[in-house]
Amino acid sequence: MLEIRDLCAGVEGNPILQNLNLRVKAGEVHAIMGPNGSGKSTLAQVLAGRSDYEVTGGSVLFNGADLLAMKPEDRARAGLFLAFQYPVEIPGVNSTSFLKAALNECRKARGQEELDAVEFLALVKEKTKLLDLDPALLSRSVNEGFSGGEKKRNEIFQMAVLEPRLAILDETDSGLDIDALKIVAGGVNKLRRPDNATLVITHYQRLLNYIVPDIVHVLMEGRIVKTGGKELALELEERGYDWLLETAASNGKP
Amino acid sequence: MDSTTDTIESFVNSEYKYGFVSDIETDSFAPGLNEDVVRRISLKKGEPDFMLDWRLKAFRHWLTMTEPHWPNVHYPPIDYQAYIYYAAAKPRKKLGSLDEVDPELRKTFDKLGISLDEQKRLSGVAVDAILDSASVATTFKEELGRQGIIFCSFNEAVKEHPELVRKYLGTVVPANDNFFAALNSAVFSDGSFCYIPKGVRCPMELSTYFRINTAGAGQFERTLLVADEGSSVSYLEGCTAPMRDTNQLHAAVVELIALEGATIKYSTVQNWYPGDKDGKGGIYNFVTKRGKCAGRHSRISWTQVETGSAITWKYPSVMLLGDDSVGEFYSVALTNHRQQADTGTKMVHAGKNTSSTIVSKGISAGQGNNSYRGQVKILKSAANARNYSQCDSLLLGDRCGAHTFPYIEVRNSTAKVEHEASTSKIGEDQIFYCNQRGIATQDAINMIVNGYCKEVFKHLPMEFAVEAQKLLGVSLEGSVG
Repeated sequence: MLEIRDLCAGVEGNPILQNLNLRVKAGEVHAIMGPNGSGKSTLAQVLAGRSDYEVTGGSVLFNGADLLAMKPEDRARAGLFLAFQYPVEIPGVNSTSFLKAALNECRKARGQEELDAVEFLALVKEKTKLLDLDPALLSRSVNEGFSGGEKKRNEIFQMAVLEPRLAILDETDSGLDIDALKIVAGGVNKLRRPDNATLVITHYQRLLNYIVPDIVHVLMEGRIVKTGGKELALELEERGYDWLLETAASNGKP
Repeated sequence: MDSTTDTIESFVNSEYKYGFVSDIETDSFAPGLNEDVVRRISLKKGEPDFMLDWRLKAFRHWLTMTEPHWPNVHYPPIDYQAYIYYAAAKPRKKLGSLDEVDPELRKTFDKLGISLDEQKRLSGVAVDAILDSASVATTFKEELGRQGIIFCSFNEAVKEHPELVRKYLGTVVPANDNFFAALNSAVFSDGSFCYIPKGVRCPMELSTYFRINTAGAGQFERTLLVADEGSSVSYLEGCTAPMRDTNQLHAAVVELIALEGATIKYSTVQNWYPGDKDGKGGIYNFVTKRGKCAGRHSRISWTQVETGSAITWKYPSVMLLGDDSVGEFYSVALTNHRQQADTGTKMVHAGKNTSSTIVSKGISAGQGNNSYRGQVKILKSAANARNYSQCDSLLLGDRCGAHTFPYIEVRNSTAKVEHEASTSKIGEDQIFYCNQRGIATQDAINMIVNGYCKEVFKHLPMEFAVEAQKLLGVSLEGSVG
């Protein structure tokens, strides 16, 4: 579903991603771990299409299409979803109207009929139950006055409504307590299907106890230096990242 | 918006190229203004003597006045002798059907959600007899008449209800109030007159659409609206469709009077031609609007959405004379491309326990220049006065301007005056968040701007609110910044 080949990207002339390679197939959950500054968030932003970041080389195919040539909204409509690390507030814009507009754009792109207000509200009711989200939050402006945990849950809620093909979770666990973490992870797990995939970006192994990955990658100095099964995450938890520095330096491959 | 305005321009120009199908007497005055012209205007309209006297007095005063230049707007000098002060009804080429109308223009109408009948009326398409606006208006007039409500053109009121006109005309905006009011008082063309009798709640929203003889708003409109004791009325002015006029200067005067216990809600949506992308040829909208809360417990609310005109210069105000009276001003003013606006309000508190609310939302885009100018004046007699003002500016892009000139004058120590102001721009983060959810940038801007204006839009009557949202979207096209 996602094929990243020798991706090079940076910001303001500073290279961050350096020949990054990654392949994700439908039905898979991949975890991307790595120390601070390794380029994890950059990868997420570049895939989503943030214009601040400059792609200087390589290619990304999303279901066979050239992702880098698409505008951010087209990538979203093609089924790419990014759960932001720091979801922004949009005062004055009602959450429900916002999400309905977003969903209908995606449905239009898929050739499906748009939902009207009644149908949409029924869908919302169903999905709020899935995530134990207080429906009252949705009558507020997008993320306005939401606590950190509520914002993260709102991201996953939007994911539940939009049903993307590929979801990228950018440090979704940061700022969450154990209970919130369980709810968020529970939501993500319930949304797993054989025809979609998830890229979980995280620092800590803890989230991966709840969202169990099929494959774990370690991103260091802008490239994937090691790939393994879920045990790799446990190993990192014990040993840290230093032992991989050598591998990174010698341009190591898994 | 560029291609749309070009299309409108060519549509209007072609109207004149085709020549006129005229069944109307073709006598307009030669350009120029002097006392003789004023007399002839009054004569042409068949006005009673008191009206002519009033006009002459105003004209003589106007001659002694100089044009003010204190607002934060720039325009080339106006040659008052170059205008025609009386023109026969504008001749229009009658089109067979909407299919003959330029498709670009139709697209704009559709985007604004303007009904087919309205589209026909605005494009000069001959309308079926059944749907003719004149007969629709007649039906409403009958219903209003049953309640004793008078709603007619100003010219008609001068002839049919002279006693009411004499009693109230100029009591809120005297002819010598300011340069443009004096000019208007001398040469006003037509406008609306409305009188709501004691205790009557006007059962429908009054709209200038229902005035018979709406051949396009005149250059110098004069409107007078009187709500007698305990009555209430909601009045809508303007429309969202882009309005073109060969006359550049529009100096209207609107006077509202609310007697004891009465309520007047006056809503305006204005989308006059803003000029080409260099700002040339747009309408100058220099308006004096003022309401007088004459009686106790009276209330006057102004709500305006100004998106058009090359220059908007107006301060709908309220004089709070009656004790416990309330004044409100809600405004969204947009300046895009090269538009300029200097707009705001004046709230003058004279009675006891009066309160006023001001919410002004300015949006600047392109190279637009937007100024809010507001005055809150608490006189010595105004014990226990309350005012809340909020003026916000939203800047789109980096070549536009927003300015605020608040004036607060308090002469009574029991007053409570609050003022809040904010300036913001739409964050790139916010736009990207919307993009990442599948919403295109222009749609995201529209959503965010509409959210910003919600506080004002919620005071508009329902149909106007929906139209206003669409209008904002159309006006912001191409403003991505």
